[in-house]
Amino acid sequence: MNRSRGLWADAGRRLAANRAAVASLVILALLCVLAAVGPAFSAYAPDELDWEMMGVPPELGSGHWLGTDRLGRDLFVRTLHGARVSLAIALLATLVSLLIGVTWGAVAGYAGGRADALLMRFVDVLYALPHIFFVIVLTVVFDRSPMLLFIAIGAVGWLTMARVVRGQAMALMQREFVEAAIASGAGPSRIIFRHVVPNLLGTVIIYATLMIPQMILIESFLSFLGIGIQEPLASLGNLIADGAAEMETAPWILLVPATCLVIIVFCFNFLGDGLRDALDPRER
Amino acid sequence: MNRVVDVQQLNVRFPLDGGRWLSRRWLTAVDGVSFALSRGETLGVVGESGCGKSSLGRALLGLVPIHSGTILLNGARVDGASPASLRRLRRNAQMVFQDPSGSLDPRMTVGQSVAEPLEIFEPGLGSSEVRSRIATALEQVGLAPEHADRYPHEFSGGQCQRIGIARAVILRPTVVVCDEPVSALDVSVQGQVMNLLARLRAELGLAYVFISHNLAVVRHLSSSVLVMYLGRTMEHAPRDELYDRPLHPYTRALLDAVPAPEPGGKSRRLPASIGGELPSPLSPPAGCVFASRCPHAQDRCKEARPALEEARPGHRVACHRWREWTGGLAPRPDA
Repeated sequence: MNRSRGLWADAGRRLAANRAAVASLVILALLCVLAAVGPAFSAYAPDELDWEMMGVPPELGSGHWLGTDRLGRDLFVRTLHGARVSLAIALLATLVSLLIGVTWGAVAGYAGGRADALLMRFVDVLYALPHIFFVIVLTVVFDRSPMLLFIAIGAVGWLTMARVVRGQAMALMQREFVEAAIASGAGPSRIIFRHVVPNLLGTVIIYATLMIPQMILIESFLSFLGIGIQEPLASLGNLIADGAAEMETAPWILLVPATCLVIIVFCFNFLGDGLRDALDPRER
Repeated sequence: MNRVVDVQQLNVRFPLDGGRWLSRRWLTAVDGVSFALSRGETLGVVGESGCGKSSLGRALLGLVPIHSGTILLNGARVDGASPASLRRLRRNAQMVFQDPSGSLDPRMTVGQSVAEPLEIFEPGLGSSEVRSRIATALEQVGLAPEHADRYPHEFSGGQCQRIGIARAVILRPTVVVCDEPVSALDVSVQGQVMNLLARLRAELGLAYVFISHNLAVVRHLSSSVLVMYLGRTMEHAPRDELYDRPLHPYTRALLDAVPAPEPGGKSRRLPASIGGELPSPLSPPAGCVFASRCPHAQDRCKEARPALEEARPGHRVACHRWREWTGGLAPRPDA
């Protein structure tokens, strides 16, 4: 990102000293690796039905380490697949909302005045749309697809990011080094992308980290309602929906994906907190 | 062509929030200021905070809206210039800011900050050429070329101001606007930076517009001094003329406010008669703007605005009563 010295290096050192954040980072890294390669170690495929073993509880000897669901599908493999899908959607949606939101907000904050008012009223209008209904309408008009879900989630995310970035950018525009750059002859794009954006990256990273778990939760929520990821594809949301139906007779079907979701959300929140402490703008 | 700055009847106004276009109220920060400056000269601009001296400096680079009047910078118009031509003008006119560390981008290395004007105006330069220009600029301000790879927070205030000066002179401009460049620094460092500015002026043939609230600081460097109050010129004279023979009561009060250099020497605060605050620039008084605080004010001072008249060659003063209160052209009584 930057040369690994100066403010970024300081922030890295502070983050490394935060045990909860480091532990969260390690757990998230392990989980990502597990989601990527873990299913390969199991003898079962995510959509494979094991007719001999339907709805068995977790047991190491059976080969179904975390049990199976009512149809005999291996929960270990399906949960990891679900985590993979949920994480991928959340990360992609966050990345896209980052790109749109940061550019949108930085331009609004830089320009000020009427351009700012126009850009931010557009954001306000989109904010006012009831998103869940909007998504439901979309799923009726178009096919249900992960792409649609991804668009729906991303559309929510960048609005918040644009608002946060715009506020930060407005504050930065008042700083003397921005005026110094203008006095040096810098044009608008140089001011925005060389001076304003690098200086609000710390805040953006914090928000992005805290946004990822929200994205996962929205994805899970939509999938839980049945308008997100569809069977036989697994996501944490539809796995939890499955499990909720069997909660009284086979609680592990709910507990396994739910635990996974909680761990992911928890770790991202801890990491975001740690980053906030490490990159705290007040210290500068 | 020697004259690098020529300002005529400059007015700078800022729109106030709230009002619509027609009923919008304006804050007049600079009101009818004129001066000219040649290569190697320095104009000291002095006044209290809020008197418009910073707005004047920023107007020279087109950083604030110019309401009326003309500014010629190296013969090119600043007022009414398009954003693109304003940017081109800044090749020859740079600025040094008050807050040494605040004027450097904390995410950029010192080298990147110093090289920024170079990147903008000479984008074709190779990286080795850029590095050697950075090294030259840093050496000119008394820093080592190795400092280029460090970040601003690793430097002291005085060093940061040197970096800011290096950035201002790397393009070899003709004019540098210094906006209170030493007022945030320790007194011992102030002297060093002032000497550096004097040396650079001799080496590079710069012209400075040196803004300060302190007449003592300006004296060292200036060839002439302009005293401002509430956006207007009170007095404008060659340096020695102004310090030895102030013709405006406000200049006199500012001079009296400078503490004596040696302990036990004559040191006087602002006379009690010039207590109080600046009048609001939103509703400036009808007559002389300084009348409310002037120990010599009479009725006509509060009614008619004094013209800026040339009392002596090159010495302009805006006071109805300069003859009376100075007793003709007598020198300063205690000078």
